[in-house]
Amino acid sequence: MDFLILNEGFPLLSTIVFLPLAGALVLLFLPGENVQRIWAMAVTSVTAVISLPLYSRFDLTTAKYQFGEHVSWIPSLNINYTLGIDGISLLLVLLTTLIMPLCVLGSWTYIKTRIKEFMICLMIMETAMLGVFMALDFVLFYILWEAMLIPMYLLIGVWGGPRKIYASIKFFLYTLAGSVMLLVAIIALYLKNGSFSIPMMMGQDYSSTFQIWVFLAFFLAFAIKVPMFPFHTWLPAAHVEAPTAGSVILASILLKMGTYGFLRFCLPITPLATLTLGPYVLWMSVVAILYGGFTALAQSDMKKLIAYSSVGHMGFVTLGIFFLNKQGMEGAILQMINHGVTTGALFLCVGMMYERTHSREIADHSGIAQNLPIFVSFLTIFSLSSLAFPATNSFVGEFLVLAGAFSVNKIIAGAAIPGAILAAAYMMRLLQHVLFRGPGRPDLADLNIREIATLAPFLCFVFWIGLAPEPFLNVMHTSVEYLIQQVDVAKTAQIAMNIVP
Amino acid sequence: METVSAATGDIVTTSRLVWALLVPLLGSFLVSLSGKKPNVRESFSVVSAVILFSMVLSMVSPVLAGKTFYYQLFKILPGVTVTLRADAFSMIFALVASSLWIAAAFYSMGYMRGLHEHAQTRFNTCFAIAIFGAIGVAFSDNLFTMYLFYEIVSVCTYPLVAHHQDEEAYEGAKKYIVYLTTTAKAFLLPSLALIYVMTGSLDFPYNIYTGMFPADANSALVTMLFIFCLFGFAKNGVMPFHHWLPGAMVAPTPVSALLHAVAVVKVGVFCTTRMMLYGFGVDLMGLLNLGIPTAYFVGFTIVMASVIALTKDNLKARLAYSTVSQLSYIILGVCLLTPHGITGGLIHIANHAFSKITLFFCAGAIYVATHKKNISEMGGLARTMPFTFGAFAVATLSMIGAPPVAGFVTKWELLIGTIESGSFGIILILLASTLLNVGYFAPVTYKAFFGKRPPGEVYEGIKEAPLAMVIPLCTASLISVIIGIYPNFFMNLVKAVIG
Repeated sequence: MDFLILNEGFPLLSTIVFLPLAGALVLLFLPGENVQRIWAMAVTSVTAVISLPLYSRFDLTTAKYQFGEHVSWIPSLNINYTLGIDGISLLLVLLTTLIMPLCVLGSWTYIKTRIKEFMICLMIMETAMLGVFMALDFVLFYILWEAMLIPMYLLIGVWGGPRKIYASIKFFLYTLAGSVMLLVAIIALYLKNGSFSIPMMMGQDYSSTFQIWVFLAFFLAFAIKVPMFPFHTWLPAAHVEAPTAGSVILASILLKMGTYGFLRFCLPITPLATLTLGPYVLWMSVVAILYGGFTALAQSDMKKLIAYSSVGHMGFVTLGIFFLNKQGMEGAILQMINHGVTTGALFLCVGMMYERTHSREIADHSGIAQNLPIFVSFLTIFSLSSLAFPATNSFVGEFLVLAGAFSVNKIIAGAAIPGAILAAAYMMRLLQHVLFRGPGRPDLADLNIREIATLAPFLCFVFWIGLAPEPFLNVMHTSVEYLIQQVDVAKTAQIAMNIVP
Repeated sequence: METVSAATGDIVTTSRLVWALLVPLLGSFLVSLSGKKPNVRESFSVVSAVILFSMVLSMVSPVLAGKTFYYQLFKILPGVTVTLRADAFSMIFALVASSLWIAAAFYSMGYMRGLHEHAQTRFNTCFAIAIFGAIGVAFSDNLFTMYLFYEIVSVCTYPLVAHHQDEEAYEGAKKYIVYLTTTAKAFLLPSLALIYVMTGSLDFPYNIYTGMFPADANSALVTMLFIFCLFGFAKNGVMPFHHWLPGAMVAPTPVSALLHAVAVVKVGVFCTTRMMLYGFGVDLMGLLNLGIPTAYFVGFTIVMASVIALTKDNLKARLAYSTVSQLSYIILGVCLLTPHGITGGLIHIANHAFSKITLFFCAGAIYVATHKKNISEMGGLARTMPFTFGAFAVATLSMIGAPPVAGFVTKWELLIGTIESGSFGIILILLASTLLNVGYFAPVTYKAFFGKRPPGEVYEGIKEAPLAMVIPLCTASLISVIIGIYPNFFMNLVKAVIG
């Protein structure tokens, strides 16, 4: 167990994971809609607050998993309850805990029916998502991975738009198809190792054929989740139909599970396959960036526009990961956080307008700047962040990814540049319509205090990461270096054996 | 050429740079809050302009004494920071932008009220933010900071170009933003990343000779980056990425005047020349032979834009193409890589600014007084508007390069620089463009003073534009004459740049 630094005393990770679930159980018995809302807000806020020590007590000097918890679960099959976080998962855990209260706040008046059930879904979702980022045992990971599907399915299917059933089933089938492949890979790895411990599977001497098959199984599961072109078609449907909080969770956190999977499983467990197949993934990323950009440019529905922009932005993340150097990978991890912040905020903005106009069409919102100056200011800043305007969060991530890319392969890096131009084009197009064209909507009210409070934290992070990203980059240095080292070790070993030319 | 490091010994960290930068930003904020009281709003504009100018002016003498002001605001990554710097090169542009803001603030008050324009609060707010961006560009210590403020200028001038909110304005504004953001993303973003990969930093050195690149830098890559930076800062109007400029002339005239003769285009040229002199450095540009070919390349823009200007009857369109042509003088001068060439180029930043803003101010004054846009309709108009056309005539002399107006100093230095560099083809370009300048400016003045009134025109009830417009335009033309006769003020700054 030398990969894990066990947590002495209070089991912080388990508390963070199970607090929302416990809150959901209590919520079952709470009467009154406002009580239910306030309770959900309180539970998610407390979870957010108690997750903050993870950052302050995080040890920057080690790549080992920290705050570790290890309990034997099914000894006969060597299945354990193992939790721990490193520099790669820390920020994702914090992103999850901090975004959930804002999701609750953003759904305050948006959700009008079955409020109790909605909040329960959100809280079960939170437990599952946090568990996925913390689990170090494959069975635990897989159970939580699958557990996310059901509340998400309900969120879209019950509280969604007109085509909610189609969208939720499509989402469910796509993700399930990927998960099945993941299960196959897990069992194959178990048969080799006799253990489900994820860190124990890393750095083993698997044959390259075995690695390629395992990599492909992993890849399918995670590429659907990211989603990478051509596995993305579930995403626009799900986003458009999902309620605001569902879209925010999807965009901000669920999509990150795919790229997190690449970092946590593909690279360290199957490094040889990563080296062999990585270049193909890079080109797939470029295609995703360009495809997402072009498609976003053609949308008239704001939610679809943002959904397709996600395909492009996540393309930058996978691009950064598979260049396998420090700058690119840190840029990719930062870009995961940035996308969570920016796209989450944009979906909240669209949701706020949907509450007022019951439309997501750009044309129905043209010229609203004169009537809703506060809303439009927020929208402008988040849109600029989305197109990687300098001094906003996305610029730092994109710049690091590009720097990492240009230091390895200038052709692939250059091929991704049109994606950055397209991002400017579709966001500017959206802004032009919202700010200028059209007569405006004097019948609409500007944002209220609750809505401003929902968006303000996102704004803080846009500029905090944009202007002083060091606190965010610091935590990942050691873990990223260790991850690259794991891949390099495999590479050197294979060069020595003349398997890789 | 020896490397001079006079400025490097004397770097003063001071927050006065930040305060100077905050003045236009705070100004814009106050302007946006005082929309309901036009007089208060306009006085905020004017007061911020005056404060900014005096703050910039107070830095001139320490800078001339060899000091460089410096202030780091944010550290993004190792080697990538938001940092401000005021050296002699910054001061040239900062002085021009801040002084002309005062004139433009008065002028736009007269223009916007004279025409009863809508959304004046938005207009004045964006105007002030654009100045904030321009001053930020002037005070940039590194490529990232420069890129940041460059993009701020692009975004916040969009509402100014689209001000009229009709189809023509949207078309012009769309072209404007598409050209500027596309070139920035396509050329500047990869340049930033590549330079960061190559050198580990985006900081400019403190002299114009050494540049940012290591001695063993891949020369093909550096050449590519050089081309990227020439086209990436498309606000410099170099062909073939100049189309946004005539398109942006749909904006109200004060915008055209300050932003498209001074702030925006000068931001482009300033960034280009800052990158050439401080990014690549005179030594490396000479070594890779990037100077003279670029001079010929922009020479094409100089001649071609002048030829196009000849064909335009719309006064603002003619001025727009004249701007495209004149901007390339600045780049051409710097690309000669000789002391006199660089002097001629850099001093033209100031000379062109004062003269061209006069011309635009005049075009606006004519429009407010008569609602005429075309040159062919202005025959004999000078008799009713003598001050406006007098100032116009003086400024055209500067554009042509006739003494004693400012433009002469430019032409003189450029000619010496050309002879120094030994590329005599450039002399032909300068001669041709001078003749073309005469060709498209002289008829305007001649017709206005001596031409016949168009048939049926009686010019009844037409008099000079409001004083708020006539005074700034006369002042600007007067300054053109003064810096033509006493060029030393800006010349000393340019000499401090060259070292």
